[in-house]
Amino acid sequence: MILNIAIILGFQLAGEVLARALTLPVPGPVIGMALLLAAFLVRPALVKRVLPTSQGLLRHLSLLFVPAGVGVVSHAEALGQSGPALLAALVGSTVLALTAGALTFVGLAKLTGNGAEGKE
Amino acid sequence: MTDLPEIWSYLREGPLLWLTATLVAYLIGDAAYRGSGENPVVNPVLVAMLLLAGVLWATATPYGTYFEGAQFVHFMLGPATVALAGPLYSNLHHVRRTLVPMAGALLVGSGTAVVSALWIAKALGVEGATLASLAPKSTTAPVAIGIAEQIGGLPTLTAALVILTGIIGAVVVTPLMNAMRITDWRARGFAVGTAAHGIGTARAFQVNETAGAFAGIGMGLNALLTALIAPYVLGLFQ
Repeated sequence: MILNIAIILGFQLAGEVLARALTLPVPGPVIGMALLLAAFLVRPALVKRVLPTSQGLLRHLSLLFVPAGVGVVSHAEALGQSGPALLAALVGSTVLALTAGALTFVGLAKLTGNGAEGKE
Repeated sequence: MTDLPEIWSYLREGPLLWLTATLVAYLIGDAAYRGSGENPVVNPVLVAMLLLAGVLWATATPYGTYFEGAQFVHFMLGPATVALAGPLYSNLHHVRRTLVPMAGALLVGSGTAVVSALWIAKALGVEGATLASLAPKSTTAPVAIGIAEQIGGLPTLTAALVILTGIIGAVVVTPLMNAMRITDWRARGFAVGTAAHGIGTARAFQVNETAGAFAGIGMGLNALLTALIAPYVLGLFQ
């Protein structure tokens, strides 16, 4: 358990160092994820060890956004007078982006012969 | 014996109370979600943040004091992002076969998010730094704040817009995909990760592990792509 946490934190640390050293436009933890994936590919034995911990962390991923969410409500005035316009832009663009993204994925999956395995 | 106000003033300054409150609020949110028959509108993050904001307001507690306790939960976002490598590895056979659909959905989804947000806001009279703050709203918070600083946005406003986008995406994705009869978990997950970053990804994991894995990839790739295109797209609207 402690070892697994140390492994995950170690990869995050390596990602942070790389992101800063090379001034990459991606945050350290995302680099850490890529590095851990690479490590899994090189040493599949590592997967069995780390997978339960990673699943435990991700099962309640929603919880981790609560502190930042409280900040939004507490700083609602940051939206200013443009609040309603910004909200309309967020709702509209999110619905459009979801629709366009999912339809493109499904369309291209069919074209490349990888469609219709939805209900697995 | 110490009287209650004294205990309260001791507790509200330390991390213990607000850390506990964060976990309890989330448990209540999660129970409400299950109790509602897993209705996506009863999003656990949304319920918990409204509850906690109410408590902070009622007790006149500044957000900074709250965050001293809640930061331990907030910190776990980093390790959780690294942990996404797990489901990604388990779904690698899916990922390998869908490189073309992912590339297409990334370009279209990411582009639509930035262009339509700026277009709607501009049409409603939003301009300047506020408009710039909107451009990176679909990317994960640390990247969005970096982009906002680069293109002349307001980092605090961007942080709020990012969280709101995530919650909107998490709430609408299931009814929207059902209405369009899209049953492919890979498409549903990838789209929500691209449009609504980590909160969308958390929603995807709530529903299906394959959807979660694809959402994680969408989130990561979108962060990269938005960093590249946001300055140019914003230029078209200024």
